[in-house]
Amino acid sequence: MSTRRINWYKYAAPANFYPLAGKMIPFFTVVTVLLFIIGLYVGFFVAPTDFQQGESYRIIFIHVPAAWMGMFLYMLMAVYAGLGWAFNARLGSMMATAISTTGAVFTFISLVTGSLWGKPAWGVYWVWDARMTSTLILMFLYIGFISLQSSIDDPRRADRAGAVLALVGLINVPIIYFSVQWWNTLHQGATFTARSFKMAPSMLWAMLILLAACWMYSIAVVLVRVRCIIREREREAPWLAEAVA
Amino acid sequence: MHWSSLSDFIRMGGYGFYVWGSYGVTFVLLGGEILMLLKRRRDVARIPAEPKPETRKAKFETAMVSDKL
Repeated sequence: MSTRRINWYKYAAPANFYPLAGKMIPFFTVVTVLLFIIGLYVGFFVAPTDFQQGESYRIIFIHVPAAWMGMFLYMLMAVYAGLGWAFNARLGSMMATAISTTGAVFTFISLVTGSLWGKPAWGVYWVWDARMTSTLILMFLYIGFISLQSSIDDPRRADRAGAVLALVGLINVPIIYFSVQWWNTLHQGATFTARSFKMAPSMLWAMLILLAACWMYSIAVVLVRVRCIIREREREAPWLAEAVA
Repeated sequence: MHWSSLSDFIRMGGYGFYVWGSYGVTFVLLGGEILMLLKRRRDVARIPAEPKPETRKAKFETAMVSDKL
């Protein structure tokens, strides 16, 4: 039996992470495509028509995963930015930067799909309801993070400034999550909790499979982007000359 | 299968615009992100590596790669 311990710190070095990330990308790409196909099939051909909302409810299969990804990715971005700042680990900061774009994309998707669902369900595309307003603030936090970082030339200073913004903005995530309980909102409450599913199992499955698809998509895209960032920022490192030779 | 025909599927019970609009926006945005990222990867591949003379930090990292630590 091997007693060799894994040196976790090893993969905090861009020199070791760069080739590892490269090896993982094809796997996540294939899984993403498969999960999207299966999830959309279940969502459109297996899940039944909703007795209240008719077919318009099928927007949920992409709306809820996109909204969750917007929040998950924000938390992940803030954690990486915080690690990069606290331990002076530049790969953490690069990961935060790589995640920010994808998080912004998913938050935007959740706002647009929510709006397209709001029209048939409530008769309006937008209301200044607590959940929608706090999600819009999340979108602005992502935009703020991205534009703040791109406005500072020195990468490490940009990392620190971004980390402060990301960590302060973290307060918004529980506000989004609990907004439907704290305020009397037009937005419906949680569709399922640990104790109850207010939906048919096939509906739940479609949503969970598409959530997994969005996770795999995010991992694949973030790994490609962080490799680009490493190559841009570490071009003077001797290891890179060897790695890309 | 609850769709009797293709046009029935496209109509989505009268909600076609909203349902297909949602999925359309989603895949256009994700596709756009992928295309922009692939362009960035091509651009980055053209950046020449400019190794600086070995600094202490660089030596440390080279040692990390080759597991000599």
